[in-house]
Amino acid sequence: MTILGLPEEEYIMSGNASCPGCGATLALRHVLKALGKRTVLVIPACCTAVIQGLYPRSGIGVPVLNMAFEATGAAASGVVAALKARGKDDITVVGWAGDGGTADIGIQALSGAAERRTDFIYICYDNEAYMNTGIQRSGATPYGALTTTTPVLGKKEHKKDMPMIMAAHKIPYVATATSGYPKDLYEKVKRAKELKGEGTRYLHILSPCPPGWRYDSKLTVKISKLAVETGLWILYEIDHGKFKLSGPSKRLLDPSKRKPVEEYLKLQGRFRGLSDEDIREIQRWVDENWKNIEKMMETE
Amino acid sequence: MGKVIITTGNYSAAYAAKAAKVDVVAAYPITPQTSIIEKISEFIEKGEMKAEYIRVESEHSAMAACIGASVAGARTFTATSAHGLALMHEMLHWAAATRAPVVMAVVNRAMGPPWNIWSDHVDSLSQRDTGWMQFYVESNQEIFDTIIQAYRVAEDPEVKMPAMICSDAFILSHTSQPLEILSEEEVEDFLPPYEPPFDITDVGHPVTHGNIVWPEPRGESPVGYMEFRYLMHQGLLNAKRKIKEIAKEFEKKFGRNHGDLIEKYKVDDADVAIVSMGALAAQAKYVVDLMREEGYRVGAIKLRVFRPFPDDEIREIAKGLKALVVADRNISYGHKGISATEIESALYSLEKRPLVLNFIMGIGGRDVKPEDQRKMIETVFNIIETGQLTKEAEWYGLLR
Repeated sequence: MTILGLPEEEYIMSGNASCPGCGATLALRHVLKALGKRTVLVIPACCTAVIQGLYPRSGIGVPVLNMAFEATGAAASGVVAALKARGKDDITVVGWAGDGGTADIGIQALSGAAERRTDFIYICYDNEAYMNTGIQRSGATPYGALTTTTPVLGKKEHKKDMPMIMAAHKIPYVATATSGYPKDLYEKVKRAKELKGEGTRYLHILSPCPPGWRYDSKLTVKISKLAVETGLWILYEIDHGKFKLSGPSKRLLDPSKRKPVEEYLKLQGRFRGLSDEDIREIQRWVDENWKNIEKMMETE
Repeated sequence: MGKVIITTGNYSAAYAAKAAKVDVVAAYPITPQTSIIEKISEFIEKGEMKAEYIRVESEHSAMAACIGASVAGARTFTATSAHGLALMHEMLHWAAATRAPVVMAVVNRAMGPPWNIWSDHVDSLSQRDTGWMQFYVESNQEIFDTIIQAYRVAEDPEVKMPAMICSDAFILSHTSQPLEILSEEEVEDFLPPYEPPFDITDVGHPVTHGNIVWPEPRGESPVGYMEFRYLMHQGLLNAKRKIKEIAKEFEKKFGRNHGDLIEKYKVDDADVAIVSMGALAAQAKYVVDLMREEGYRVGAIKLRVFRPFPDDEIREIAKGLKALVVADRNISYGHKGISATEIESALYSLEKRPLVLNFIMGIGGRDVKPEDQRKMIETVFNIIETGQLTKEAEWYGLLR
């Protein structure tokens, strides 16, 4: 038995090409523990496409269909349809894509798949920029972050709220998670898997990235947890329309319980250019997000 | 013998997809392709056709879904036109490189702007280098028969490449002609159920499909990227042989032959031949008959398959000809007609080459009547007499 009580089976093999401290691969490790062997991954252009390793080998212990950047939702729809046509109903099809492949170029195919109630799980691992191509700004990059396409001034817009966009599709399950809370992530993936047959399930995992966020690779878990503790990243699930905070976020509705955003920001080189005013803007954005959560919980 | 009905080119394509017992259809509507996918929807919703139909939100997604379904072991079908095909472009490369034997009906339509929904071959010819086989057909029956044949070719273990069956907007797509619908039993005998070469959902033997390959053999890979591309090329070269064999087999079984890579019509003793693609190839034969009655030694060639290109076949015919009229319903801007370019390239290795006169005609659905084709042929006979050949393509019927 392991400390967290998670299965001992490993589907992320040695020989994979992750950077040290990769939050995305840490998350995928726990995602696959929850999904198990009878899983097919559809992976577009993204870090994991490289991390899986070189032909003819694979560092991932389940089948992987590599796909064009914007086509994950559509290709997964095809795999799901073929399984249905062939009467195979015990395989979970999972799209695993980065934030660019989800919030930007892939949003159309994903939205279409969700609207069609495609029976699959879509997981966005969100490292908040185009990391694989060298840290360019995406729709999921947070306010103020320096990237190679916002190199001097930093990003001037806030992050696109992808999980809520997916919730607006009225799909059976939407959840957020982050690499630093593997048990929370594991339980959410389990729930998503359990809902097979009900349509599209969406998970959004904040995945810290040492080279892209400019921090020491040993800090991945700490930064992931700080994102939650400062309230910048909110852990929740929307199960059949029912909103529920989860993990440490449950006790953060009270603003006084949330750590100041500086604690999260100051560890990361990408935020080195922030002015005091920028930090106030980020804090304002966080507090506003929580007010919206509060409203949502009141209407429940 | 199947049932004969009177129906449109688009319905002929839908009947063919049904007869081929496709497992998964993924499609998005675009004029003039729409009635293909409407008919298929009707078949499926009435329970006459057992297939999964993914009503995707774009053509790009249509092709991505077909690829996903194909590698998961399904026989797949889609249909599109013009802008839809252009939007698919990336996924056309992806399908061919996946070696996914997707079959697609393309209803040839002009590209905008300005908006124009009529026939023009630039949409599919622009996809020349994606690795797809391209068939250009002249009748509704040929649409049906070629879709059935194309699955056999595409799924052949020596080919494993996708195929598009191109037909002219409205001239075929919305025009009714007699169609013999082969029964599903007859078709199944000719086209057995799809046996995928591999299955991405085989979780007992997990593989990754499409991960990184270096330019050179490296690490444990005995080959580099270039070798994968050569295998695709080999697949299309093998398709030349397969298309011929399968056309013969089809004729033996069903009594119809629309040609294989090309169709020759009265070229054996001809001085001049007119080369056409699509519906105008049918009209060219009519024109040849009329002119033969007047003593012209003229024949017609239907360029039925554009990829793989029938260069040997063209050379063989050209040896006996004084001139070729190449009628292109397309233009490669700044150069000439696309099929003329290909034909001239094929002819280059001949010691004694016939003259080639290229006409750009019928662009954006502009009508090409028999007398127009006749004028093109007459022009070439005059050139043979005078020896005055213009090197530029001639824009036939252009208002200046």
